[in-house]
Amino acid sequence: MLLALLSDIHANLEALEACLAHAEAAGATRHVFLGDLVGYGADPAAVIGIIRRHAARGAVVVQGNHDAAVARSSGVSSEGALDAVRWTRSVLDAEAIAWLASLPLQAREKDLFFVHASAAVPQRWEYVDTPALAKKSAEAAGVPWTFCGHVHRQTLFFEATRGRMTAFNPVPGVSIPVRKARRWVAVAGSVGQPRERNPAAAYALFDPGKERLTFHRVPYDHLAAARKVRAAGLPDLFRWSAWP
Amino acid sequence: MTPLSTAVERLSPGEQVDDFLVWEPIHIGAQGILYRVTGRNTPFPLLMKVPRFQTGEPAESLLSYETEAMILPALSGSHVPRFVAAGDLSRMPYLVLEQVQGRSLESCLEEAPMPAGKVAAIGAAVAEALHSLHRQEAVHCDLKPDNVILRPDGEAVLIDFGFAWHARFPDLFAEEERFSAGSVPYLSPEQILGVRGDPRSDIFSLGVILYEMATGELPFGMPNSRGGLRQRLWDDPDPPSLLEPGVTPALQEVILRCLEPQAENRYRSAAHVAFDLRNPQQVVLTERARRLRTGGLLTRGRRWWQAHVKPLAPPPQVKPALHAAPVIMVAVDTTHAEDERQPAILQATRNMLSLSDEYRLVCVSVVSAPPLGGSGAEGESALHVEHMTRLRSWTAPLGLPLQRLSLHVVVAGDAASALVEFARRNQVDLIVLGAPRPRQQPLAWMRSVASGVTANAHCSVHVVRVPERPPQPPDPVPPPPR
Repeated sequence: MLLALLSDIHANLEALEACLAHAEAAGATRHVFLGDLVGYGADPAAVIGIIRRHAARGAVVVQGNHDAAVARSSGVSSEGALDAVRWTRSVLDAEAIAWLASLPLQAREKDLFFVHASAAVPQRWEYVDTPALAKKSAEAAGVPWTFCGHVHRQTLFFEATRGRMTAFNPVPGVSIPVRKARRWVAVAGSVGQPRERNPAAAYALFDPGKERLTFHRVPYDHLAAARKVRAAGLPDLFRWSAWP
Repeated sequence: MTPLSTAVERLSPGEQVDDFLVWEPIHIGAQGILYRVTGRNTPFPLLMKVPRFQTGEPAESLLSYETEAMILPALSGSHVPRFVAAGDLSRMPYLVLEQVQGRSLESCLEEAPMPAGKVAAIGAAVAEALHSLHRQEAVHCDLKPDNVILRPDGEAVLIDFGFAWHARFPDLFAEEERFSAGSVPYLSPEQILGVRGDPRSDIFSLGVILYEMATGELPFGMPNSRGGLRQRLWDDPDPPSLLEPGVTPALQEVILRCLEPQAENRYRSAAHVAFDLRNPQQVVLTERARRLRTGGLLTRGRRWWQAHVKPLAPPPQVKPALHAAPVIMVAVDTTHAEDERQPAILQATRNMLSLSDEYRLVCVSVVSAPPLGGSGAEGESALHVEHMTRLRSWTAPLGLPLQRLSLHVVVAGDAASALVEFARRNQVDLIVLGAPRPRQQPLAWMRSVASGVTANAHCSVHVVRVPERPPQPPDPVPPPPR
């Protein structure tokens, strides 16, 4: 089995399609969507449509803070994000909003745990961006492999000796052995809005049988996605990202 | 971490483990047991490394096993043992790899102190192996004579990557202050402070090995206390020539530069160490070469103060990018100094050197041997001096400091193969040379030095072409007077 881990898609259809095509070419057999399917981007309905089709075929989908905010019409901190939430609600039908509301906060399958933010208290949307917070999340998950998003930066936290966690910045395309004997917390990065001054979409592939994890960066037509965002009158939040 | 439930039993001869038939144990160490195995029809002998981590066994062996299983398959080249297979960690952990044929450097050390020439030859082979490893974004982190095997042809192979570091994989030893047994005399100061992943740490360890080969002594002894271990953060070792008068100034310069306490004062690349060891006449001698005693009380006192009071935390990790100090070799035809291509080659060289002040330039001129029956060695020596002078004058406009420049006159009949061989032996990263003149016949490229070098070089080749100038129109003929 080869799992495709996709997080923080943020209604970016071009980026999602690019990652799905990349994953298919790599032989992915199952998909996991780690939350924040919408928010910021211009194609929430199309993105939800694709992900629901995958869910019907057995994909795991968990809820992110933007999805929860769209479902409840509140709950994001910044003004710009709130504008995006209002806009997203205005273009989605009631059924899609209800589907977002119905998503679970976490999913666990044997040795794997999927959550948008920290497994410690998922609804608190804590950023897993330090080894200490990764350790907290891994302990709450209680499994060897925890996968999350929320932080728009690909990182692999791992348990070194004496239970201490260490952060590692993965190199895209390198298959990393992630043995079950220790605990790992992988932040998959963001499909729709990476924030590392590199516009290529980020996702990861995990082979539980071979115990190997590969982070990927997939270039796509990010200018087209950015044009749609501006044309929709959405807040232009991309000055601090790699978007033009 | 989940404790491993399966304790590994000793294997007995005749046992089959996956594809491999186990023969006798070759070595029983603290970290694991090595067995001779056969299977898979490899063209080289195999050994199986089985880690020991039953209760009471050192925990490092598991970390070392995982580290080696992660890094070794990612390495290639003749300076590392070839990886064949790895067992499942949860079921039966083992590594099967090439059993490197040759002699351990540890056993060669019985001959220490060795003559300077032999120290340099072995040292250069180890430096070349290190360079090959560093180019693959890895650092050995546990270089010692036990972990070097010299093949019969003199090439060095590095073994045991249980403490190694690789830029592309998580470092299981991160923030750990753990060293393998027997490594303490060879550890760099920054490793003692917990810094991993700096290729210059391997260069320090190489310095310790060179020192040991040249003098038969360890520069910092075999410390068994924390204070003793930290001594190398501030203390100078006795200059090798003090212990062994046969140590040449050039060799002492190389050894002491490798052993500089601050990483930024050492060589930036193992290729540069190899180059200096292979070309002692090109080593720029500093105060290190002349040193006859350890640094003055004042110097050592200042360093002691710095080591004890200032950096209680590890120093900031300002590591050079791996392989960021390339060696550029330019072929200069000093026999035809007036050649129209020379300015273009000089300009191409200047452009490349301007990219970084870490680049090192090696200028080579290949000249044909003087006709037989001449004045022999004397004639050759005069020829050498003459072309050396021309080379020096060719490089003068570049204004390079001596540390970044070396000049070589090679006497050979076949220029292309001489250049290729020189580049290979000296770990050159890029060769710059001129294309044949466009005006030459169509077959000129096929027969040129440039084509021979481009076809056979181990590295990239930059061929400088001079655009053909349009033929000058004939002087206008004044109209005949009417």
